[in-house]
Amino acid sequence: MTDPLLQVRNLKRYYPIRKGVIARTVGHVRAVDDVSFDVYPGETLGIVGESGCGKSTTGRAVVRLEAPTAGSVVYDGTDIAGLSTAKMRRLRTELQMVFQDPYSSLNPQIRIGELLAEPLIAHKRLDRTAAHAKAAEMLETVGLPKLYLNRYPHELSGGQRQRVGIARALMLEPKLIVCDEPVSALDVSIQAQVLNLLKDLQGEFGLTYVFISHGLGAIKYISDRIVVMYLGKVMETATTAEIFAQPKHPYTEILLDAYPEPDPRLRDRQRIIVEGDVPSPANPPKGCVFHTRCPYTKDICRTESPPLADGVACHFPLEAAGR
Amino acid sequence: MIAYLIRRLLIGIPVLLGVTVINFFIINLAPGSPADLFLSPTATPEDVARTEAELGLNKPIFVQYVNWLTQLLHGNLGVSFQNREPVTQLIGDRIGPTLLLMGTSLVVAYLVAIPIGIIAARRRNTVVDYGVVGASFLGISVPHFFLGLAMIYVFALTLGWFPTGGMLTLGRGGGFADRLSHLVLPVVVLATAIAANMVRYVRSSMIDAFGQDYIRTAKAKGLGTSVITNKHALRNALIPVVTVIGVDLSALIGGAIVTEQIFQWPGIGLLTIQSIGARDYAVLMGINLIAAVAVFAANLLTDIAYAVVDPRVAYA
Amino acid sequence: MHKRVEPEAGRSSARLMLRRFLKHRMAVAGLVVVVLMVLMAALAPVLAPHNPNQIFDKFEASPSSEHLLGTDSVGRDVLSRLIYGARVSMSVGVGAVVVYVVIGVLLGLLAGYYGRWVDQVIMRITDVFMSFPYFMVILILVSVLGPSLLTIIVVIGVLAWPMIGRLVRGSVLSIKQTDYVQAAVALGYRTPRILFRHILPNALSPIIVNATFGVAQAIILESGLSFLGMGVRPPAASWGNMLSEAQSITVLSSQPWIWIPPGLMILLAVLAINFVGDGLRDSMESRS
Repeated sequence: MTDPLLQVRNLKRYYPIRKGVIARTVGHVRAVDDVSFDVYPGETLGIVGESGCGKSTTGRAVVRLEAPTAGSVVYDGTDIAGLSTAKMRRLRTELQMVFQDPYSSLNPQIRIGELLAEPLIAHKRLDRTAAHAKAAEMLETVGLPKLYLNRYPHELSGGQRQRVGIARALMLEPKLIVCDEPVSALDVSIQAQVLNLLKDLQGEFGLTYVFISHGLGAIKYISDRIVVMYLGKVMETATTAEIFAQPKHPYTEILLDAYPEPDPRLRDRQRIIVEGDVPSPANPPKGCVFHTRCPYTKDICRTESPPLADGVACHFPLEAAGR
Repeated sequence: MIAYLIRRLLIGIPVLLGVTVINFFIINLAPGSPADLFLSPTATPEDVARTEAELGLNKPIFVQYVNWLTQLLHGNLGVSFQNREPVTQLIGDRIGPTLLLMGTSLVVAYLVAIPIGIIAARRRNTVVDYGVVGASFLGISVPHFFLGLAMIYVFALTLGWFPTGGMLTLGRGGGFADRLSHLVLPVVVLATAIAANMVRYVRSSMIDAFGQDYIRTAKAKGLGTSVITNKHALRNALIPVVTVIGVDLSALIGGAIVTEQIFQWPGIGLLTIQSIGARDYAVLMGINLIAAVAVFAANLLTDIAYAVVDPRVAYA
Repeated sequence: MHKRVEPEAGRSSARLMLRRFLKHRMAVAGLVVVVLMVLMAALAPVLAPHNPNQIFDKFEASPSSEHLLGTDSVGRDVLSRLIYGARVSMSVGVGAVVVYVVIGVLLGLLAGYYGRWVDQVIMRITDVFMSFPYFMVILILVSVLGPSLLTIIVVIGVLAWPMIGRLVRGSVLSIKQTDYVQAAVALGYRTPRILFRHILPNALSPIIVNATFGVAQAIILESGLSFLGMGVRPPAASWGNMLSEAQSITVLSSQPWIWIPPGLMILLAVLAINFVGDGLRDSMESRS
């Protein structure tokens, strides 16, 4: 197998909670707590989990929009976690991001053409004229007519804006793109179009994706492998086929169960009911973080945190036959 | 809340120190040696050198600052270049009239502005409201000195209702009625700008408050308009009003300087103008410092008051 | 935020703002007055019937066909001085505001963008500046430095920036969280480009509104200083120093043509600018 393009090792991102006269740190919100995974060239790694599980923070750490508290993010042999601002700026051309909300990810004061040409001009790749020509070309690549070049973002629909957001991420010809819930703010009818676009572009430009989503639908459609996160930790990681065929972690099982089954013949299976809310990442449960909501909790789960082994972090992984 | 208070006070220490530094260095920008001002033009160079040594002016500026600060902490603001009187005493003699003028103006402004602001808000987009808004624009736009001159022209010189200036009529003892009649015009001048500003704040925050959900709830409960105005809207509407008090002190002092000059009101403002005329920087430094500390304290109190009225602030 | 823009809004937001501003009748009237005053200042040599510093042999003369607003106590034509006075007011108003907006915007951007100790230091400096009663400090500083038009502009400019600084800092704090700024960081843009191209243009509305009111404030300040003899010095004409003649009871009571016109000009200029500011605030800040 080829070397991974991205290796995330023991990534932690804690936010201090400050209180009192001198703003003493009294605790931490463990947004991301000891997360490791690899991403191979040309593949799509899906990261899935409920809101607040740390998947977005992980994605932002990969492109260094967040500085990790600990751990390493090795991209193409370079640990970017501790890289100087100047060196990082050069590397940023290879690592791009597509944001969740297309309404806030485009500067409202700048026309589409300028938005797309700007990366090339800022990095002195091309002069203005050539950069604008490239912008027009890219706009057509993502399926928008050239006449949008002179429009402002507010004149476009959500789906059109997201296409612009994708085009902008592609301008610098990056290798890896983090897609942070790129379709969840869009109408359902538009979601499929944008997912297809992302898939087509991956083939055309040889891109590697880290695709973050809270829903399994998009993840199943686009990912080669999946990382399941809960309360800042990785619960399970496996190929998409494996996860959907045979989840090993109880949490994965519950997520799959909540995923609407398109086949009506399979709909009357037994539903697993999860109780309670997600605990606060400022005060995560002791032992396995999932034990407060896990239907199979045993004593050891309350005291000891299971390590990630064979792609699952559980003391009692689910068997092939189920329980 | 207590942690917020303590933190707010601690932050104040470097700010106050900064105030003293800037105050000290502004005065030291003045060309020439203060000793020149101390002495008659016929003084010999030796006289100047001796006086400079006496005043500590031959030391490096940083040492001068530390000496000055040490004296300051002992409550000593130095002596006037003009007549060698202690600055603290000069200021002490003049502060009473200024506080009387500013205090009365503030009270008058609030007594006028709050009811008018509420009325305008309740009659939004009527002739009354337009009249109030227009008048408040005039009030914030008219310079104190022009209003003051116009007042003297109309009410003192033409109609003869009030005296043209001063705090009391010399030789007539200065009874309460006499003092009051001297107070009216300067107070009107000083109160106009404050009231005009305040009316706009009260009006817009009352309009905001009327639009809030809790006011609609109160209306839905069938509460009368005056209950809603007084109990529900006013309380919340006054939150922004509280902050304006602090900001106003700076404007109030500026207005008082001009007003005192026009009406020859024997307060700090007049002392400032006289000291500028005489280039008496020792007095100016003292006045400026005291005024700055007062504004600083007002800003601090405003922040704290804000936090008390609106507890969300303390956690921000 | 997620509201779709109506199809009829298919034009730039600047045009929308202009439409809203034009509906504000007093603001439009104010703008007309401001434009006229600027023209008056620019065309003063053409408009003024006399040289503003020329001394005629009849001083304190009441209005006549030759001197429409009479002459002052030195014998200069009041109307001509009034027209030239617009130059002082307009240049102080605009000059001082330009100086403090530049300072305030720079420091506000730095404080808001870098946060941490940079923010702490800049914010404490604004606290220090805001502790001084501004008119008194300006008065003292001008007297220390020697009164002149340039001194006034510089002193107001150097002292009045903290409001703008705080305003900008506040805007930056919220704007730097937006995805479009995050995107700019992810695209590897340098900090100046992010600050001046992606953050500042989106923080402009409150700055413009505040600066407009600031022009009115600066005009009042200059006239006050000149009135007290600490501003523009005679023989140069300023509305404020024209009024200072009225500190003599004789002028005040029997020669109103000397002091009422400049007073009304100040009032008119400040009022007009305040109306423009109010209109700008309404049309810019009601954006959803």
